[in-house]
Amino acid sequence: MRSNLGFFSDEKFRSIFFQTLVVGLFALGLFFVINTTSYNLEKRNIATGWSFLQNPAGFDISFSPFLEFKSTDTHLKVYFVGVLNTLLVSITGCIAATILGFILGIVRLSSNWLLSRLVYIYVEFSRNVPLLLQIILWYSILIQLPRVKQSLQVLDVFYISNRGLYSPRPIFESGFSYVSIAIVLALISSFLINRWAKKRQDKTGQQFPVFSSSIGLIFIVPLILFFIIGSPLSFEHPELKGFNFKGGLVIRPEFIAMFLALSIYTAAFISEIVRAGIMSVSKGQREASAAIGLKQTWIMRLIIIPQALRVIVPPLTSQYLNLTKNSSLGIAVGYADLVHGFGGISLNQTGQAIECMAIVMATYLSISLTISFFMNIYNRSIQFKEK
Amino acid sequence: MNEMNEVRKPPVATTGIIGWLRINLFFNWTNSLITLFVIYCLYQFIPWILDWTIFSADFKYNYLGEKITNQEMCSRNLDPENGGACWAVIYVRFYQFIYGFYPKVEVWRVNIAYAMLALALLPLLYAKLPYRKYFLYFTYIFPVIAYFLLNGGLGFTEVSTNKWGGLLVTLVLGCTGIALAFPIGIMLALGRRSKLPVISMMCTLFIEFIRGVPLITLLFFGMVMLPLFLPEGIDMDGLVRVLVAVTLFQSAYMAEVIRGGLQAIPPGQYEAAKSLGMSYWRMNLLIILPQAIRISIPPIVNTSIGLFKDTTLVIIVGILDLLGIGRGTLADTNWLGLSYEIYFFVSLVFFIFTFGMSRYSLYLEKKLKTGINMGAD
Repeated sequence: MRSNLGFFSDEKFRSIFFQTLVVGLFALGLFFVINTTSYNLEKRNIATGWSFLQNPAGFDISFSPFLEFKSTDTHLKVYFVGVLNTLLVSITGCIAATILGFILGIVRLSSNWLLSRLVYIYVEFSRNVPLLLQIILWYSILIQLPRVKQSLQVLDVFYISNRGLYSPRPIFESGFSYVSIAIVLALISSFLINRWAKKRQDKTGQQFPVFSSSIGLIFIVPLILFFIIGSPLSFEHPELKGFNFKGGLVIRPEFIAMFLALSIYTAAFISEIVRAGIMSVSKGQREASAAIGLKQTWIMRLIIIPQALRVIVPPLTSQYLNLTKNSSLGIAVGYADLVHGFGGISLNQTGQAIECMAIVMATYLSISLTISFFMNIYNRSIQFKEK
Repeated sequence: MNEMNEVRKPPVATTGIIGWLRINLFFNWTNSLITLFVIYCLYQFIPWILDWTIFSADFKYNYLGEKITNQEMCSRNLDPENGGACWAVIYVRFYQFIYGFYPKVEVWRVNIAYAMLALALLPLLYAKLPYRKYFLYFTYIFPVIAYFLLNGGLGFTEVSTNKWGGLLVTLVLGCTGIALAFPIGIMLALGRRSKLPVISMMCTLFIEFIRGVPLITLLFFGMVMLPLFLPEGIDMDGLVRVLVAVTLFQSAYMAEVIRGGLQAIPPGQYEAAKSLGMSYWRMNLLIILPQAIRISIPPIVNTSIGLFKDTTLVIIVGILDLLGIGRGTLADTNWLGLSYEIYFFVSLVFFIFTFGMSRYSLYLEKKLKTGINMGAD
């Protein structure tokens, strides 16, 4: 039986009809939401717009290692402090989680039964307990450390107390910029040497001691320069004055709790990814490289890991994205990140909910997209190159 | 010629307990050293943790034999040298941990809901259940029954959601989030793969937006912005607002998982369905989705585990789930300073649920690997 709606069974017409319908409904919904929202805002006397960003914040931020923050600074500055704090804990967390995760993933495959079981127990526990709970738990452990007066002393220069970790603050004197320039130049030149050596090895088979020459360039050359200039670096040690330390570099317990919880939690996931990656490399590869007489460490470094990376990198990217998004949980322990500082306190003080949330969401979106972008480039560089 | 070959020793045993120990723990020097070191660490750690959690711990009474009603009566606060954990806090506050502030006279309703939840999950978890079909009917109507049971109406007295708490809220958020996100996720996944450019673009934008922002911002969105979007008079319940955020969040992740399943279906399946004259919806409902969902069940369970853990985030917007009740108890002067006991208990409850789910997903993965063979090979 044919439908009497002849034109409706035309695929082209149907497709246009449905899409127009969806767009129309969406526009209608949007119109409705905007209308009610502007009505609601008017009724609550909330002015829209971005001018609030220039108003003084009126609150203090306890942890702002990169920017000096006073309570008279603007909400815009709260935002920048928040972004920097989010990036700080995300980047340090990603690095620590990757290192720990790779070690644990390799140890998990160790032939030692006891050791691999131990890692398995760790992985299961830290994967299956909510991250927020872990953050709060680490924080509650850290604030139960001894008070400032009885703080634990490590190596005579570090002090650990319930107010955080106090360490000497490096003070860079006038000549130090030459040393930093030397370090940057050394990094660039060792990168170039690496490329040149690889090209030469591909062509002629001759090897070049890239690793030791890079170490020499990056560490020894700037160090010599450092002493020639006359050690333009001194340390400001924290001193106990009254109830608190004065001077020095302080790492707050909120940051330490966030850092520990994020890296330990994510490392458990990364270790599973690494394990799966290594196991995906077929046994024949290992046997073949052993047969041509490669050392155990070389088999891992030259044969297994490069092949495993192809499997590891895509899920690793999503772990980095997760870690960055999870850093927003800092609000539970009062870590002044983007969500706590700008999306929390600023929002509550100004009442500009829509603007604040839009900025916070847009920032997270751009951080996520940036990470995806760079990881995709890296991923493409390690994939099989078919010749 | 008659010179005897040197008598060789038999090869070392590789079977039995000794053989197992040799291969797995004492294979070579470094291996043995590592084993001994690990055993030493465990020897130091295990007796201490057992002592703290069990042997020196108070469960209901302290070491003087008194019933514990506040933290000062815990053995470890009376005598710091000897006491272990003080589990009495869990014992005293157990009701709150499980039901929140649900009225005591009405609590049988929650108990029935818990029992019915187990019954409703049974046919989903165990495919060989006899009379599974009838159990599934019950599963479909369970949300409606649970709503009236917990919330009130139909002759039950109303219990407002701000009295809910503890495990009840955790389970309501987890189960509702997963159950609602599943159909939405399927629609989004189909939409993203749709040939209609507008629909595909809208679904992609939605999915990528949700996946790009943290859940906490969505919760803030639900709490702070949703009331602004709705016309006057419509006052949404706090728990419902959180549920909207959690469901949106979960459905984006669910959509990506199901899209993965859809991509694994060989194109021949689509072509065969179309050549039989099936419409788009019939093809998807009868041919594609059953196969795609079946292969994506393990990752669906995994994202569900993630959501279950993420429900703890609701404490930041002031909803008292299991962790929220724990924090509330800690803020009570009667139970100040018992953070390890409380966090240990909450972790254990979450661990039981999530570990159970992850074991289940492993079991499914094994079953699926042997069960299906997708046309390609």
